[in-house]
Amino acid sequence: MNANPSGWRPSTPEAVALDGEGAPTSTGNRALMLEEGLIFEIGSLNNCGVDLPTPSAETSTRLGGMSRATPPALPGLSEPETVRHYTRLSRQNYAIDLGLFPLGSCTMKHNPRLNEKVARMPGFADLHPLQPMNTVQGALGVIDELAHWLVTLTAMHSVAMSPKAGAHGELCGVLCIRAALEARGDPREVMLVPSSAHGTNPATAAFAGYKVEAIPAGDDGRIDFAALKARLGPDVAGLMITNPNTCGLFERDMIAICEAVHAAGGYVYCDGANFNAIVGRVRPGDLGIDAMHINLHKTFSTPHGGGGPGSGPVVLSEALAPYAPLPYVTKAADGSFELVEEGDAGAGESFGRMAAFHGQMGMFTRALTYILSHGADGLAQVSGDAVLNANYVLRALEGVMEAPFADAGPCMHEALFSDEGFAKGFSTLDLAKALIDEGFHPMTVYFPLVVHGAMLIEPTECESKAALDEFIGALRGIVERARAGDESLHLAPLYAPRARLDETAAARKPKLVWTE
Amino acid sequence: MRYLPLTPADRADMLSAIGAPSIEALFADVPSAALLDGPIESLPNHASEMAVERHMARLASQNTAAGEAPFFLGAGAYRHHVPASVDHLIQRGEFLTAYTPYQPEIAQGTLQMLFEFQTQVARLYGCDIANASMYDGSTAAWEAVAMARRITKRGKALLSPGLHPHYAGNIKTMAKFTGDQIVHEAPRLSANAGEDALIAQIDGETSCVLVQYPDILGRLPDLARIAEATHAQGALLVAVVTEPVALGAIRSPGELGADIVVGEGQSIGVGLQFGGPYLGLFGCRSEHVRHMPGRLCGETVDASGKRGFVLTLSTREQHIRREKATSNICTNSGLCALAFSIHMTLLGGTGLAALAAENHRLACLAADKLAEVPGVSVLNDSFFNEFCLVLPTDARTVVRELAADGVLAGVSLGRLYPGEEGLAKGLLVAVTETISEDDIDALVTAIREKLA
Ligand SMILES: Cc1ncc(COP(=O)(O)O)c(C=O)c1O
Repeated sequence: MNANPSGWRPSTPEAVALDGEGAPTSTGNRALMLEEGLIFEIGSLNNCGVDLPTPSAETSTRLGGMSRATPPALPGLSEPETVRHYTRLSRQNYAIDLGLFPLGSCTMKHNPRLNEKVARMPGFADLHPLQPMNTVQGALGVIDELAHWLVTLTAMHSVAMSPKAGAHGELCGVLCIRAALEARGDPREVMLVPSSAHGTNPATAAFAGYKVEAIPAGDDGRIDFAALKARLGPDVAGLMITNPNTCGLFERDMIAICEAVHAAGGYVYCDGANFNAIVGRVRPGDLGIDAMHINLHKTFSTPHGGGGPGSGPVVLSEALAPYAPLPYVTKAADGSFELVEEGDAGAGESFGRMAAFHGQMGMFTRALTYILSHGADGLAQVSGDAVLNANYVLRALEGVMEAPFADAGPCMHEALFSDEGFAKGFSTLDLAKALIDEGFHPMTVYFPLVVHGAMLIEPTECESKAALDEFIGALRGIVERARAGDESLHLAPLYAPRARLDETAAARKPKLVWTE
Repeated sequence: MRYLPLTPADRADMLSAIGAPSIEALFADVPSAALLDGPIESLPNHASEMAVERHMARLASQNTAAGEAPFFLGAGAYRHHVPASVDHLIQRGEFLTAYTPYQPEIAQGTLQMLFEFQTQVARLYGCDIANASMYDGSTAAWEAVAMARRITKRGKALLSPGLHPHYAGNIKTMAKFTGDQIVHEAPRLSANAGEDALIAQIDGETSCVLVQYPDILGRLPDLARIAEATHAQGALLVAVVTEPVALGAIRSPGELGADIVVGEGQSIGVGLQFGGPYLGLFGCRSEHVRHMPGRLCGETVDASGKRGFVLTLSTREQHIRREKATSNICTNSGLCALAFSIHMTLLGGTGLAALAAENHRLACLAADKLAEVPGVSVLNDSFFNEFCLVLPTDARTVVRELAADGVLAGVSLGRLYPGEEGLAKGLLVAVTETISEDDIDALVTAIREKLA
């Protein structure tokens, strides 16, 4: 049977010129791009998405006269409204799950879902940090097993597991250095930090009470070893050096650098944020360092979660190990695990506690799962592919954009470019924003500070060749548009949920909370 | 290897495009003495999902999960029911696998959530403003001490005896290196929260007074009185809240005069997780905003005039200010903040008050029943959902023995204050909405039998 006997077909509409905005809609939504109000605009004090017993009116309380008269002014939503609110918000985010996220130094790898599953096993997720030790032997076992692999992968003496992120790990390592120097009656005042270092390095050293002095980078993007040697002396507590460094290069002189610092009586802190470039191939302990944090949220792919949480265990040399923070896990003679806490034999020279409990258990389970999944062969392939991908991008783009250290040899896991030679009137920011319209997250921009208009591209090992080719093509296209003087680049992004945001206005008159 | 997309053919193509003979050749800058010539020793090769899951499940099975036993532990980490939708939503890839929102045009989801979170925390705490999270309550407490030093230019912090000993320990660790003077002693086993003694110690050199509310023994100090005495000396009152659910029942610290309010947010949305990741909350008065640590999200408009959100006031932060930054924090607890915010949205103010009332009702019931056990007394006159029992014997031993009988009885003060003989008989008992009346009876019976 013919359901459409007249043969009618909708006519093809006249092609409408859709230049960016197109026709307005009455809701402000644009099909799948949905605007969403704030919970303070859509919720109400009395709405609730949890069923709870109604408090009985005349219960006497023992709140010592501190009872509040009215509930806090917090809006509530039912479950369907809540799910919709956050689902709509989520769709305004770019994420690794959507595409290439080449933020240099940040290491945006795929987050394996097995790791999420394991972290949620009630035997890990539903444990209280102060349960009696014999009820948490498996959890202490996870910490011990992960600690073992971290020490093995780095050839260091031991590891402090409690730091809660990279910067917290830096603090842990620098405090160990301070404690060790004070213990030998030789407190020193100055911490040396290369000018290419991440901002957390100088901030950490200052937080730990040190005067910070910068050591310049040489022309090849590596630390100026001569300048470093000239500055070493009896007032220098140590050096905080990133290796591979923030220009994406391996510090070739690392062994000699460590020897020079040690000869001057100082210690070497290595920022291990880029350990993912060498994991399974190079053990930092073999280079002579004294301490290094490992961002489990980078090298071992615990999710970044829109800003955290992370985890920053610190591997330590034998000289620094005695000062590591409490608590830590040890194995008793009978093979059972124990936590060494304040007052226990073994707490000895520790500099003390640096967080309420034992660290980021939720990250430990994920990182251990990652290490066991990859194994020795997989980890070496991870660093190899990460470096291969970065070099592929470097060589594909070095003719298109200025790559200041391209002649210095292969890069490690990230490729650095500068805005030198850009078409006049166009900036790193324009290029980054144009990448958004092409469907990519921009690279890290304006870091490290040693390169003008820096663009640091870290593809990670989780990208296919096809994805890299598409990204390279997009970047080439943008550079060509800039060369042709395409002013519309200044307006990018045109197709994101928002156009460029006014950051100056935000800072001038900060509005940090919602008000009626 | 299931996580690696490059095929051997891709690798070969790419190497020839680069002009390198092998992947190993790309590591030419590594000193040969430090380059391994084989795989990491003793680490097995890659393993299947099934094999790894089996290994991890075996480790998980060697623990007693809180949900498997009558469970009364608190002392800074609380077991609450987290609605199923919370964990579902935080696992959306757009939240889970995003970075810190450095490119606001494609991070409005995270940014709007943070703006909502900051407002929720500020309102819960009775503060003008709040930041986008710290690592945990204890590191937030240290940051508050450092911030008070910057504001008052004084270097002596007074910690109330009722401050969680791990928080105090954390602050003392940092002070050893910054030169701050820290005044702190262990609490006494008394129903009185010790306001008079604390107030007597405040002087013109004091930068801040830290008071936990409810305190480590569950008592409710008179914050308003302490605030008045603190301000009279030109110092700042820092209130520390380790159990945010309490603020559904008791007045907010900001309303009582606290200048800075910090604490742990884990109770709402995050779960126990053996101690981490947790969620540091940080609120204060708006006049102190430029001294604050951590990230801040602010409202603004985009080029077409639409409302949007950005990270702001970053001139306080390490990536701009380097050694002059207000803190070295970078990665924070973003996803835990999301979990908190979703759970708080599901509750709303009325729901939070009802949840708090149910906690308090059950805690009162448990306290009354436990007080009837011969030899046991309840220390507190006032408490919210946690109180201190005084046993006739060392509580550490009782806790250990009850655990062997399948009852997780609470946190002994001996665990928290090793070496403080005067506290050894104290047992902290926390009672949340997850506890049934049968659980309470099981605890009462177990303690009665153990002490008989
Ligand atoms: C080189 C470098 N050092 C240190 C850090 C700080 O680590 P985290 O953000 O985990 O505190 C980062 C990352 O942000 C980094 O890229």
